[in-house]
Amino acid sequence: MQDAWIPLALSLKVASWATALDLLFGVAAALALARWRSGARDVVDALLTLPLVMPPTVLGYYLLVLLGRRGPIGAWLDTFGVRLVFTWEGAVIASMIAAFPLVLKSARAAFEATDPQLEHAARTLGLSETAIFFRVTLPLAARGILAGALLSFARALGEFGATLMLAGNLPGRTQTLSVAVYSAVQAGDDHTANVLVLVTSVVCVTVLLVAGRLVPQHTLSTSR
Amino acid sequence: MSNPVSAVRRYARAAAACCFAAAALSVHSAAHADELVVSAAASLTNAFRTMATAFEKTHPNTQVVLNLGASDVLLQQILNGAPADVFASADETAMDKAVDGKAVIPNTRRDFATNSLVMIVPADSRLPVRSVREALMLPQVKHVALGNPASVPAGRYAKAALEHEGVWDVVSSKAVLAGNVRESLDYVARGEAEAGFVFSTDAAMMPQAVKVAASVPTQKPVTYPIALVHGSAHAADAKAFAEFVLSPQGQAILAKYGFMPPAQH
Repeated sequence: MQDAWIPLALSLKVASWATALDLLFGVAAALALARWRSGARDVVDALLTLPLVMPPTVLGYYLLVLLGRRGPIGAWLDTFGVRLVFTWEGAVIASMIAAFPLVLKSARAAFEATDPQLEHAARTLGLSETAIFFRVTLPLAARGILAGALLSFARALGEFGATLMLAGNLPGRTQTLSVAVYSAVQAGDDHTANVLVLVTSVVCVTVLLVAGRLVPQHTLSTSR
Repeated sequence: MSNPVSAVRRYARAAAACCFAAAALSVHSAAHADELVVSAAASLTNAFRTMATAFEKTHPNTQVVLNLGASDVLLQQILNGAPADVFASADETAMDKAVDGKAVIPNTRRDFATNSLVMIVPADSRLPVRSVREALMLPQVKHVALGNPASVPAGRYAKAALEHEGVWDVVSSKAVLAGNVRESLDYVARGEAEAGFVFSTDAAMMPQAVKVAASVPTQKPVTYPIALVHGSAHAADAKAFAEFVLSPQGQAILAKYGFMPPAQH
């Protein structure tokens, strides 16, 4: 059972950081897209949604080429002593990019569903734009954003292809649950694989149960 | 104007007819050539591609399908029912596991090549390498690429050699476990790992990207055995392929890629 704790802790750490970053950038991008009136909006939306449809190995390869020591961004980061390849930070980046479209889509839909009349009313009452966002818009969109965050967490937890390419298989440092399962199966170590798969399944079911509690399902009946 | 519904029906029927024709044609062409599935270690990639082409020239009715990867992974596939006909591994341990698991026919097992283990560094590396042991202890060596010893022969040879040198503990804390020997090569070629362990034949595939820093003496000679898979549907072809690998023509192909002949008993 000890074999499973370190990958589990690593997976949770990477997924939590990835989701936090996704919320930050996803909500900002979603707000910008929801408010932006331009033809280019759909193109930008499509580009930002690309990680969702791209095969994870393709995404991983792009990241490796860009963020690797010889890549354009990686070489610049290297001058500050920042390495992303073979680090848990790299795993966070890979998971974050893979899960980003989930927060973006949910947040954008949530923002577009908010009633603009409520925002106008706040304006007539003299609130600043920032105050309107934090006290009116965000609370109204919160449920949708939260749903997106949970989906993003689940996706980040299960990220494999891009993570393996960018962060590699370093036990204790970047060997997340999914990479550990892969490694165990490759080695023919079915016992470890079974333990890891069981732990992963329990975690996923727990995430879904929590999601179900926090984001109440709207039933078909109109009266309660 | 014709009825749109009947137009859709006509197009649907035409499409179905095309699909049937395509399926029938593909089945027809497959029935001509016998397919031989050869599961071979990743380090044999280039040599066996040439080997397969040469074999097909002398055996026009057989098509060789190469399945390349880490030896242990290939064995797992066979043990779980993958339809391989020939198994060529990069060390005796993997073949021993194959024999124990009854995956191969024991008396068809033959050694067909030997290789040597080397420590590589990126081509532009300025790491001072006086000995393998010293180099790996240097602080600027932060990542050492080697195959996962649990599933990759090259990793097993490297681990044994490093244990012998007394540096395994230091290296395992800096180890980047690769899924097969070519992945280790790639990590060093990209400059992500400051050092790595591959076979000399692998290093020779990327002379612009990596250079050999030191040759690593191994505890056991690096030997490649080949054997016929149990229950293969193409036993005669499989036997012909194994014999081809051991023939002067096959051995010449291996030599071209830097492999050495098997030890003479």
